[in-house]
Amino acid sequence: MGGKKNAASEPLPKTATGIPGFDELSRGGLPRNRTTLLKGGPGSGKTVFALQTLVNAIRRRREPGIFVAFEESAREISANAATFDWGLPSLARNKLFFLEAHLSPEVVQSGEFDLTGMLAMLKAKKEEIGAKWIVFDGIDVLLTLLHNPISEMREIYRIRDWLADNEVSAIITAKVDGDGSKITNYSFLQFMVACVISFERRLEYGVALHRIEITKYRGSDFVAGEYPVSFGPSGMEVGAPESTEIMHEASTERVSSGFERLDTMLGGGLFRGSSTLITGVPGTSKTTLAGKFAEAACQRGERTLFVSFDEGAAPIQRNLSSVGIQLNPHVKSGLLRMYSGRTESIGAEDHLVKLKALIREHRPRCMVIDPLSAIAKAGGLVAARAVANRLIYMVKDEEVTVVVTAVNTGDDRQIEATDLQISTIADTWIHLSYLIRSGERNRALTIIKSRGGWHSNQVRELVLSNAGPMLADVYTAGGEVLMGTLRWEKEGEEKAKTTRRRAEFDHKRRELQVAEADTRARITGLQKDLERQRVELAMYSNENEVRIVSSSEREKELRRIRSADPEGRSTNGGGGRFAKRRASNGSRKLESEKEAQDES
Amino acid sequence: MSLERTKRSVSDPAATTVVVMRLYIANNAPNSIRAVANLEAICREHLQDKFKLEIIDVLEYPLRALADGILVTPSLAKMSPSPATNIVGNLSDKSSVLQALGIEASVA
Repeated sequence: MGGKKNAASEPLPKTATGIPGFDELSRGGLPRNRTTLLKGGPGSGKTVFALQTLVNAIRRRREPGIFVAFEESAREISANAATFDWGLPSLARNKLFFLEAHLSPEVVQSGEFDLTGMLAMLKAKKEEIGAKWIVFDGIDVLLTLLHNPISEMREIYRIRDWLADNEVSAIITAKVDGDGSKITNYSFLQFMVACVISFERRLEYGVALHRIEITKYRGSDFVAGEYPVSFGPSGMEVGAPESTEIMHEASTERVSSGFERLDTMLGGGLFRGSSTLITGVPGTSKTTLAGKFAEAACQRGERTLFVSFDEGAAPIQRNLSSVGIQLNPHVKSGLLRMYSGRTESIGAEDHLVKLKALIREHRPRCMVIDPLSAIAKAGGLVAARAVANRLIYMVKDEEVTVVVTAVNTGDDRQIEATDLQISTIADTWIHLSYLIRSGERNRALTIIKSRGGWHSNQVRELVLSNAGPMLADVYTAGGEVLMGTLRWEKEGEEKAKTTRRRAEFDHKRRELQVAEADTRARITGLQKDLERQRVELAMYSNENEVRIVSSSEREKELRRIRSADPEGRSTNGGGGRFAKRRASNGSRKLESEKEAQDES
Repeated sequence: MSLERTKRSVSDPAATTVVVMRLYIANNAPNSIRAVANLEAICREHLQDKFKLEIIDVLEYPLRALADGILVTPSLAKMSPSPATNIVGNLSDKSSVLQALGIEASVA
């Protein structure tokens, strides 16, 4: 009792299960030395969960365990476990003890039995191997053999007491369909344990989807809600919400999309570690665009992973090489890893696990998933959405620059946007569409969004040729985008127009040149006239001055000679004489010059 | 020894056959006590002295019981005559016990 009081004040001791995701959901694992009930329908993963926890305990902490199988035989369980890389047979016998508690149909039942003997045997075995864990797998099978609710209750009590007396972490699994169970005292079973985990397996579009939910955890905090479960090569994995805080490194490094023009449109390329979504209806060259990105990455010497969900590696390489994208050499050099997955057969969760393993294995810096929307094919949109989100976040956590494509069935972008809902988490969204005009389909490329950078709002035409894909300008005429032949016609038209304009211009220029020359000539003539007139004027005013000077000089001389004239009179007389001479200016010019000369 | 008995049982059923049995019990657990009593009554009534019974207390020899493939208590294993059969429970259903032990004929 004292122990219980302590448990309330101290954090509950827990032991990690080692199941990816689950230890995060449960905030540390299962309660140590207490009992956990795993409930769920057949094939919902209870046994795998229990066995995986046991294997991890042995492998990671050298904690031996006992597995009591009420439902399946040890051989069946081993066969199931062999699909995972646990190496179950190699686990030392004294580390993992299997008790095949499967009552064979040949066993005759006569009257009541109990578990007293079995628990005594398990206690002895536990002490022998020092087991820290015990699993009662399929306890419902045993309990239903009791045919009696009172007996069932009694045996549940017996197990509870045994677990309380033996310091051991226990896992009990029980088949439960829906809310009910064949076990009458099922609710008591739930009550007596410290932790209850619900497993669910349901079919969506013919694909099994697994879910897990912690419904009770006495004395502990846990993450509530249903989480997807997937089965990979290493066993079960829970799609726990990755840390709620998104902590991706924001790189300012740009990597090429493979198209110089697209890089320019994106303001320098894609950010390292960013995610790019390429959407479009089938045939809009999404794969080509993605392939070009992969090729560019390989050419930079970066490890690249190309995941395809609708074609095999060989046809992709062949198809891409027809438009001048060569992936083959990079596959050969080991730089590029091509992976083709089938989407009908396995659930989205399983793809996630597979891709995780591939990323761990290949360590790519760049990655293509083509088309990501294919994962929605297998088993429900909701699951696929969650997987798509987690996939992108996972890839970003690894700082891989990823390009994903998504098919949209209509040409309506709004439909696409709500389909996988990845457009909101993608950093860049490129949309490819067809423009059908004049009997032609042409591919148009638009950048819908590009986070953290300037991007062009212009539409480009994606032109494919065996020399390689390229982006061409498009013409917009009256609000319409022109491509293909129309673009070509328009280009021709523009060219002709330009030529015509140039000719007109040349002509005009020449005209103007002539006019200019003419004017210039006229200006020269006029300037000559002006010069002449200036010279004449200068000459004339010079003569006049000479005259004035000479005449006044003469008067002074006369006055000096006569030596008596008052000043006023001489001035008047001079002025009169000047006026008189001015009137006969032209004709008397030379004469005056002569006079001036004589006088001086 | 068991082989010898098997041969004999084949050639000469019922009358001279000695039924060899092991009863696994859990000390004085109610079902175990009841099983011992029920089995003794059946043997007295139907087998007289033509039986050999070994009672094993699982609480005392748990690892041996484990090795013998015992799961629950009480559990009765008929070793011979062949075929070997296992009966679980407190043996309160007499007819099913007799049938399993192959001595149904003498009842009728």
